[in-house]
Amino acid sequence: MTERRAITLSVNGKDYPVAVEPRRTLVDVIRDDCGLTGTHIGCEHGVCGSCTVLLDDEPVRACLMFAVQAEGRRIRTVEGLQQGDELHPLQQAFMRHHALQCGFCTPGFLMLAVGALEKRPDLDDEELVEMLSANLCRCTGYENIVKAVRAAATEMKARA
Amino acid sequence: MKPAPFTYHAPASVDEAVALLARWGPQDGRVLAGGQSLVATMAFRVARPAHLIDINGIGELAHITIKDGVLSIGACVRHAAFERNSVPGPTGALLRKVVRNIAHYPIRTRGTFCGSVAHADPASEWCCVMAGLDGVVVLRSSRGVRRLRAEEFFQGVMATALEEDELVVAAELPLLADGTRTGFQEFSRRKGDFAIAMALVCYRLENGMMIEPRVAIGGAEAQARRIPQAEQALRGRAPGADVFAQVGAAAAAAIDPLEDINNTAAYRRSLVRALVERALESAQ
Amino acid sequence: MTIEAERWIGASVERLEDPPLVTGRGRYAGDMAFPHQLHMRVVRSPYAHGIIKQIDRAEARALAGVVAVWTAADIADLPPIEFREGPIAKLAPFRQRVLAGNRVRYVGEPVAAVFATDAYLAEDAAELVRIEVEEIDPILDAAATPGEFAPGLTTEPTISRQGYGDVAVGFNAAAAIVELDLTIGRHSGVPLETRGAIGRYDAARDVLELHGAAKVPHRNRETLAQMLGRSTAALHLYEGHVGGGCGIRGEIYPEDVLVLVAAMRLGRPVKWLEDRREHLMAANHSRQQRHRVRAAVDTQGRLLAIDDEFFHDQGAYIRTHAARVVDMSSGILPGPYRLPHYRANGHFRLTNKTPAATYRAPGRYETNFVRERLIDAIARKLRISRVEVRRRNLIGPHEMPYERPLVALGDEVVMDSGNYELLLDKALARAGWDALEREVARRRAAGEYVGLGLAVYLEKSGLGPTDGARVVVHTSGDVEVITGGASVGQGFETVMAQVCAETLGVDYRRVRVVHGRTDRIEYGIGAHAARATVMTANATAAAAANVRAKALDMAAQLLQADAASLTIAKGHVVRCDGAGASVSLGDVAHHLRPTSSTRGARAPGLAADGWFTTAHMTYPYGVQIAVASIDAGTGGVRIEKMLIAFDIGRAINPMLVRGQILGGAAQGLGGALFEEFQYDERGQPVSVTLADYLLPTARDVPVIDVLLTEDAPSTCNPLGIKGVGEAGVAAVGAVIASAIDDALGGRGDITRLPITPQFLKAIIDGHRAT
Repeated sequence: MTERRAITLSVNGKDYPVAVEPRRTLVDVIRDDCGLTGTHIGCEHGVCGSCTVLLDDEPVRACLMFAVQAEGRRIRTVEGLQQGDELHPLQQAFMRHHALQCGFCTPGFLMLAVGALEKRPDLDDEELVEMLSANLCRCTGYENIVKAVRAAATEMKARA
Repeated sequence: MKPAPFTYHAPASVDEAVALLARWGPQDGRVLAGGQSLVATMAFRVARPAHLIDINGIGELAHITIKDGVLSIGACVRHAAFERNSVPGPTGALLRKVVRNIAHYPIRTRGTFCGSVAHADPASEWCCVMAGLDGVVVLRSSRGVRRLRAEEFFQGVMATALEEDELVVAAELPLLADGTRTGFQEFSRRKGDFAIAMALVCYRLENGMMIEPRVAIGGAEAQARRIPQAEQALRGRAPGADVFAQVGAAAAAAIDPLEDINNTAAYRRSLVRALVERALESAQ
Repeated sequence: MTIEAERWIGASVERLEDPPLVTGRGRYAGDMAFPHQLHMRVVRSPYAHGIIKQIDRAEARALAGVVAVWTAADIADLPPIEFREGPIAKLAPFRQRVLAGNRVRYVGEPVAAVFATDAYLAEDAAELVRIEVEEIDPILDAAATPGEFAPGLTTEPTISRQGYGDVAVGFNAAAAIVELDLTIGRHSGVPLETRGAIGRYDAARDVLELHGAAKVPHRNRETLAQMLGRSTAALHLYEGHVGGGCGIRGEIYPEDVLVLVAAMRLGRPVKWLEDRREHLMAANHSRQQRHRVRAAVDTQGRLLAIDDEFFHDQGAYIRTHAARVVDMSSGILPGPYRLPHYRANGHFRLTNKTPAATYRAPGRYETNFVRERLIDAIARKLRISRVEVRRRNLIGPHEMPYERPLVALGDEVVMDSGNYELLLDKALARAGWDALEREVARRRAAGEYVGLGLAVYLEKSGLGPTDGARVVVHTSGDVEVITGGASVGQGFETVMAQVCAETLGVDYRRVRVVHGRTDRIEYGIGAHAARATVMTANATAAAAANVRAKALDMAAQLLQADAASLTIAKGHVVRCDGAGASVSLGDVAHHLRPTSSTRGARAPGLAADGWFTTAHMTYPYGVQIAVASIDAGTGGVRIEKMLIAFDIGRAINPMLVRGQILGGAAQGLGGALFEEFQYDERGQPVSVTLADYLLPTARDVPVIDVLLTEDAPSTCNPLGIKGVGEAGVAAVGAVIASAIDDALGGRGDITRLPITPQFLKAIIDGHRAT
């Protein structure tokens, strides 16, 4: 056990002061210390993408970072996607297109897609599939995820 | 899969980082850059550094610069930097072709070019680029600066000439001449997986003949390198399917392939043959 | 104007489960935390086989924050983990103990357990536990001569023998015989959420709780209660959100027992979360079988006999499923074909690998591959088209119900309804088979390696015998359906809500479905073997129908009308002709409350139970078609087209049905091309990360055409449903093997799954050399 560091994480626009050992991963601290369990742990070695969050608007694998590295950065998780009661177009699209079954991979896919589409709203079909191949899903076979993201992309562009 | 404990340091300058490495390098200290390889190995507790020196806060390491025909890539430059048009000319075109093969988008957001070079996984695309373009690794320690050519730096599977108190501060690539054609092909079980083999080719056309050939193979041997026999088969010939096939055959014959539970030497040879051919066919 | 009740059955409505899941408000095992909880970390054997000499835990115990370190000696009173269906004397000696006693039998076997105040610390401590083992050579080949499990016991606990007729007669009469040696590689469900469990002892009520349960909470409660010597009234299981079952979750594992015992003995809740590396070597494996199989046919390619000697690689112990998977395999191999003589000897063999059990479509993924390879080989040998050979052998609709003297899941095989040839025709037409054949021929002539694959298969679902549900209408008008079901993410709640809503006459969004809670209903079948929709939906319909009758009876009094002239629509009891007043179900419930003066002699409450009993499983069926091409330079495979045609009997929610099929198909693709648990010669597992064990990504799964038909509703249940949970995955290995084999020229090269690029490249290079 090494000494804990007092850091402040900014998650979804809110500050969370925590005291953590440097070895605590970002995903563990978000889940256990900030109490935001929407971000999931599927492998802890950076392959499955269930832990994807946005760090300064870029998707990253929160299992491959230490929480102490994230101080001063803007973290966004699935809990921050909706505006009040209104769900994000991606969340709505996922429900409409049956893009989730067990839901475990869903937050990771949502954050991956949000990050990608905010930066590049005009991804074509091939680029979309390429981007989504970064994360694993074991339930849906991906087709409905692709459909949902495509539909949401259109919606997001219309709103922009 | 939680990492073993370590003491964390976050230097703000290269000097600070070097001083920390001088002190802690010999005591199980490691540098943390992108962390996409290191943190995973720490999760498995295969790597258990007692000290982590996080260089992500060092602004001076985050730059790509071009000077005197040399592209200098700072230690904190992410893979994703090469997806954009940040490097001009044929070198930039080659880097853009290569980067698409590296893992996946969120990994490319964090992982670094130099980190990949220092890690020296045989399947590293950037190591193949360094070998293929005769790159130079710039190392700093409290003892000074060393500049090692790729073939001196890479010493085998995950093995390099990096001393325990040294920091890779940059990787340098001599810019390819205008008009150089480049090609890159790799094969893996799924796209984004560790490559089983990869081929990088460059040449210029002069009077319809291929000159200044470069053929580098990665993923198939303990370290990426240029294959002189393959380059010889290219030199002074006109591009065409027959020539490309000969180059592929020469490369396949010349390598000493790695073997693992899923990939025989014979398979890697046949892959190299096909990938070299395709890299040449696609070179532009 | 007449009132029409809303139709929910057959509607692709959005799922009730989704809102919390898309907003990050799910409650998976890892998300649950109890005050003062301890974290458990299991110390696992690093050896495949050996005698335990010593376990040194002093250093681990001494670490600050470590509360206890247990070995087998600390839980010596615990019996081995029992089989789910109850004791089986012959197989009992091969059960797994919660912690290894004197012997370790697979890398990953739990040997000790550390209990500490946080998970990082627990892992630190676990590393300090030293296990000294005198190694024994591991047994790694299930087809080799059995070795010794223990003095007096070999590594072949049993042979599953099924058959009928006399295969010798069939072979003697044969015009042609094909003989194949086929292997399915070891792989398994690998859901995205790893296993997890929290044990908690509520001392105030003397109730022991297991949180993070899944799949079969009521059955597991019984088994656990017996193991721990507790009454089922004092042990409850709670299912939260579950990140995929795939067949591997919800079986009683050593860790589930440990957290319960530790919660009691240590007086604090005990939380255990498995990491991915552990999962790949400790959660149930599956699928690995080797079949030495022969088939005899007449001159027309009609099957006369199949004789199968196969070896099922069970791994180190027999777990909760006992021998069900090997029995299922031998029982269902003939599939949808007429077969006069059959013999299957399934050698159930133990090896020093992670124990195996069910994975979606257990016994069928394997035997569909075997059977369809046989059919393709027959077609090749007799030079008859692969389509025609199947036509000649398919059982016809006029032969239904078709009894095969075999047993699967303890049930006789009786195919209730089906028109296999009709589905085959529909699938061929939908895929454009003839045009595909021409296209493939053209591309082959141009030098490409491309092929067409076909598989016809029988599925099973709706294992009974009985399930019950309770429907309660609250005075608010909201409806609760209390089931003994379980959700692993398949949309269980939505489907039950749809059935209840249509039967009762309410909006499905006003229906809450309770599942996975042994404290809410005494009996339950959980959700597995594609039975939830068949069994629980029918029970729900029965309960809802009973509530409907009660509502109409009470409303008749309130509305001064004949019950027969009333109906329920949108939560209101109304007159069928739309005239006159109406009364809401909530108000009816109000009038039925115990203190109501209008209730009269009626039983209080607008609630009722309903039961559904079935004599037999029901047998849906499908056809799969695929187009595959091989990159001659690398051996890489591209599945260009895929069609899955399936007769579902009746689809309650076609969107969810389609989702199940697509998801299963992706898993099937994984088993055909990517996934395998590999071991080295010392029995060390090689596939212990997701970089080694390859799951398909969005780029790897082709767009799949799904054709759902409802031509043969089940005769086994009033709703006519056949389950679909395992429909997508079951024949994917078979159809991809068929397509790739065809791409290589149809010479029978494909005898093993998974099919790797290296393997294909060697064959192609070999072809080119000759």
